[in-house]
Amino acid sequence: MNELIGALPILLHAFVTTLELTFLAALTSLVVGIIAAAMRVSPVPPLRWAVSVYVRFVRNTPLTIVFFITVFGLPQVGINFSFFAFALLALTLYTGTFVAETLRAGIQAIPIGQIEAARATGLTFIQVLRYVVLPQALRSVVPPLASVFIALFKNTSIASAFGVAEAIGTMTNMVNVHSTIVLWVMGATAIIYIAFALLFGRAFAWLERKALIVR
Amino acid sequence: MPDSLIVLDKVNKWFGGLHALRDINLSVKAGEVVVVAGPSGSGKSTMCRTINRLETIDNGTIFVNGEPLPAEGRELAKLRSEVAMVFQQFNLFSHLNILDNVALGPMKVRRQPKAEAHQQARDLLVRVGIGDQAEKYPAQLSGGQQQRAAIARALAMRPKAILFDEPTSALDPEMVNEVLEVMTQLARDGMTMLVVTHEMGFARRVAHRVVFMDTGQIVEEAPPEAFFTNPQTERARDFLGKILK
Repeated sequence: MNELIGALPILLHAFVTTLELTFLAALTSLVVGIIAAAMRVSPVPPLRWAVSVYVRFVRNTPLTIVFFITVFGLPQVGINFSFFAFALLALTLYTGTFVAETLRAGIQAIPIGQIEAARATGLTFIQVLRYVVLPQALRSVVPPLASVFIALFKNTSIASAFGVAEAIGTMTNMVNVHSTIVLWVMGATAIIYIAFALLFGRAFAWLERKALIVR
Repeated sequence: MPDSLIVLDKVNKWFGGLHALRDINLSVKAGEVVVVAGPSGSGKSTMCRTINRLETIDNGTIFVNGEPLPAEGRELAKLRSEVAMVFQQFNLFSHLNILDNVALGPMKVRRQPKAEAHQQARDLLVRVGIGDQAEKYPAQLSGGQQQRAAIARALAMRPKAILFDEPTSALDPEMVNEVLEVMTQLARDGMTMLVVTHEMGFARRVAHRVVFMDTGQIVEEAPPEAFFTNPQTERARDFLGKILK
């Protein structure tokens, strides 16, 4: 027990990296997802095809392989980042596909009449997206986006296999050192994950109430 | 037709195998109020929606202000801002309050400063009789109020003409008149209007001309008095017999 209490601060500290990776990747994948969803509904066929290919390939590839390709593939063509940046890139590419698909569902839920009204007013395609479609689509997909981002939070653990000292990487090291308390360390790690995930859930529930549109 | 604001010249449209618009020729002069009547499925709404290209056509030409309708893009967006539309389902933007619904077009399309666009929006909401609803959201308004807000939104663009696509068909009966009154006032003020409607009372009182459509064709075109008292075709007599009971 004393061993566990001694290990806890190190574990908690590792969660700082996990959280950094989560928040940064959430932000970048939101941007990627919005751009991809906009391209997916654009009137320009090549843009739609490009996104369709991106979503189909990346969404259906195991995240570990996406990591492998970024971490080991990009240096082959002369692109070198830190492990953290590679992890951020891999998580963004992967999560971006889920954000894009979630948003597309939100876009499809908007009554077509509102889009016609926006076009009939003289707004351009980009303006219709920006002022009418996306504000409503984003509001309506807050609950499913919460699931996407909680999955992202846990997916950051894959980065441990690629040299990023986040929570799971630290936990593994700790287990190797303190072999008598393996289950305790793992249990504590799981509890911290659950605690943060619950916290995110609460934050999204609050956001959902704020974003609610009266129909 | 130099003074015609809207001209449809031999316009045809098919929905798959259905010939939805057949050789439509129609012109609307500036300041004119034209009511389009006809049974359901006769192509009235489709015709109305081709004028701002919410529906594309298969052949023929549509001129607005002497210019043929441009293809999708900035030119079309500009033209749409000059020919406003009021829809059956109101189609207000659910996430914006009534004031922002009315001010959005002027701010984003016309680049009006916010204060000016808001002031104009407030004035227009007063004009359509819902000045006290500006801060509410669409879902908090009755159908009649929503449709008047949609008319204010159309007016905010200072359009050359307004297309009304069955503006009272989705309303509860007690709210039809409040919308028709606003439209009547617009007509008196000299707005160019093309109105697809089943409100024959409105047509009789306000229209300069009634266009009767059936099976995608314009069957009859006459001043309201002549159309209602002395319809020339069997189809128009049949339609009026059913609707005026």
